[in-house]
Amino acid sequence: MIKKMLKSDDFKLKNCINYIFVAAATVIFAILNSTGGLKTSYANLLVQIGYSIILAVSLNLVVGFLGELSLGHAGFMCIGAYIGTFISIQLNTVIDSKVICLIISMLCGGILAAFFGFLVGLPALRLKGDYLAIVTLAFGEIVRTVLKNLPWFGKAMGMTTGAVKFTKKDAPLFIVVFITVIIVLFLVQSLVRSKHGRAITAIRDNEIAAKAMGINVTFYKLFVFVFAAFFAGVAGVFYGHYTTPVMYTFFSYNYSIEILVMVVLGGMGSINGSIIAATLITIINTMLQKYLPGELAALKFLIYALILIGLVIFNNAPKLAAFKEAVSFKALLAKLTAKKRRPEDILNDPAHWDKIPTKIRMDEVLSTDIQPGNEYVPDKPEKGGK
Amino acid sequence: MSILFDGLSLGAIYALIALGYTMVYGIAKMLNFAHGDIIMVGAYAFYVALISSGHMALGIVVAVIFCTVMGMVVEKVAYKPLRGASPLAVLITAIGVSYLLQSISQLVFGADPKVVTIPSLGTVSLLGASISVSSIITLLIGAVIMAGLTVFVKKTRTGRAMVAVSEDKGAAMLMGINVDKIITITFAIGSALAACASVFYLMQIPSVEPTLGSMPGIKAFTAAVIGGIGSIPGAMIGGVLLGVIEKICLSIPVLSPYTTAVEFSLLIVILLVRPIGILGKKRREKV
Repeated sequence: MIKKMLKSDDFKLKNCINYIFVAAATVIFAILNSTGGLKTSYANLLVQIGYSIILAVSLNLVVGFLGELSLGHAGFMCIGAYIGTFISIQLNTVIDSKVICLIISMLCGGILAAFFGFLVGLPALRLKGDYLAIVTLAFGEIVRTVLKNLPWFGKAMGMTTGAVKFTKKDAPLFIVVFITVIIVLFLVQSLVRSKHGRAITAIRDNEIAAKAMGINVTFYKLFVFVFAAFFAGVAGVFYGHYTTPVMYTFFSYNYSIEILVMVVLGGMGSINGSIIAATLITIINTMLQKYLPGELAALKFLIYALILIGLVIFNNAPKLAAFKEAVSFKALLAKLTAKKRRPEDILNDPAHWDKIPTKIRMDEVLSTDIQPGNEYVPDKPEKGGK
Repeated sequence: MSILFDGLSLGAIYALIALGYTMVYGIAKMLNFAHGDIIMVGAYAFYVALISSGHMALGIVVAVIFCTVMGMVVEKVAYKPLRGASPLAVLITAIGVSYLLQSISQLVFGADPKVVTIPSLGTVSLLGASISVSSIITLLIGAVIMAGLTVFVKKTRTGRAMVAVSEDKGAAMLMGINVDKIITITFAIGSALAACASVFYLMQIPSVEPTLGSMPGIKAFTAAVIGGIGSIPGAMIGGVLLGVIEKICLSIPVLSPYTTAVEFSLLIVILLVRPIGILGKKRREKV
């Protein structure tokens, strides 16, 4: 049985390279941290990268694999951050260990977010893409408004999470986050490669055809939606344990779009792409915040906007398809490795017969001057011909 | 009474914006996320024109022209290359355009709100309630614009071509209608309406900031969905309904912090009960 498992797709080197990479990064940074070589600001950055990866990968599941646009990812994260961390603070009065509080509240926050995902998804997923986008957006705003005004979460001042915030004395938060990232990656990739994953991509490619094949479209849509909401909630709990106070302004729909930028930049439907893009954008964000003062901060959004528009048009415009093919990595590689073919080779290779020029060049024929001695003389018919 | 009237005039603003959404959705089959930001662009154009000239009327004209051109440019540059691409791609591009407009205006004008000084028109008392003149003007002009639009769509050649394109793009093309041109005209009209809405909006809340458009934009889309997307009278009904509900919610102290939540919950409920909206037409999807 173990042998069979080891032989399955999940354990091929190509498919688990991302776990290895994240695990290696965790070990390296953990060692660096224990020797005191890791600055606090870098440890914080690692936490941010970790929860961004969780957010981007889970949103990619909805946008890239299911093909529906959700703009409420920050809303689910907000539920995790507010309610999950609230639970953690309550637990902290009983249990001393912050890590155990974090793990329990992570599950609670995730399940709550998933529950709300279910509530929103139920009406919305019966609808088409644009409606879903607007309903999830509306949901995010509802969550934000309600949590801001409820009496238990600090109202407009934000929720203070000092009691459970990880400080230097505690175990480094980024190790917990990265281990969760590995678990998330494992779950998501197993899902995507399974029969269910194929059903999900089938829905993306053609919903009606998928329905005709007997796939329960509503079930799978709801399932993916709830699954993604769960992980967004978990990411929110991490956020709550990483910073204080938790502010409702952070979870505006701009943040949902920031996650969307990560997904689009990494490539819709590519998990490794999401990981790389989430890392990159988080680092860029931190750098920009450091070096761009005041008004110039808008430059960040300008860059995001250009990335979104440029990449989507480049990847999807019907008229650019040929151009895209020509400049794609594969085409460049093929050009570099292609041997120069002699015309005879082409003539002998049936695969290239469609490239043999067959058109008569009328211009050339017409512009040829007929001079004395150059006239067209038909061949004399052979004797015995019909 | 005055709440109802305020609600009606806010509703007229939402209806004007919702008309832009619903026309573009009906004809180009896309959700133009950047429509809300066209309002913001219009508000800035009005602000700049008002400061440099001091004329209210000139400001309105500049805002309308600028927005119309802007809408057409956005359509040509960002959406036209994607005609025939997947709806998801178009939607993401629209979000990108919305972001782009916001960040550009933030770079140009700064993030802090600019106060627009519009001369106050005072109030009149009607049936024992004091009602500001600006909301009466908003309501009247809004009604005139909407009536004009309905006549335009029903009676003129271009308007009827728009209806044809929204019914069946392929058949419209076969009948010799230039679909690309019609889509561009739709964007132009929608943006011009957004510019009018922006001026009315400034009459109620006289300050401009880069994120001015996003909330009214989303709410107007909600209105369009409530009324039934793709339907012009539906957008008006939805807009007015939403405006009145918003003002009523704001006047009840317990509910007022949750106004946004109430409005969006209404959207979710409507979609749950009647996904096609109040006046929407049901369409079967064919393979």
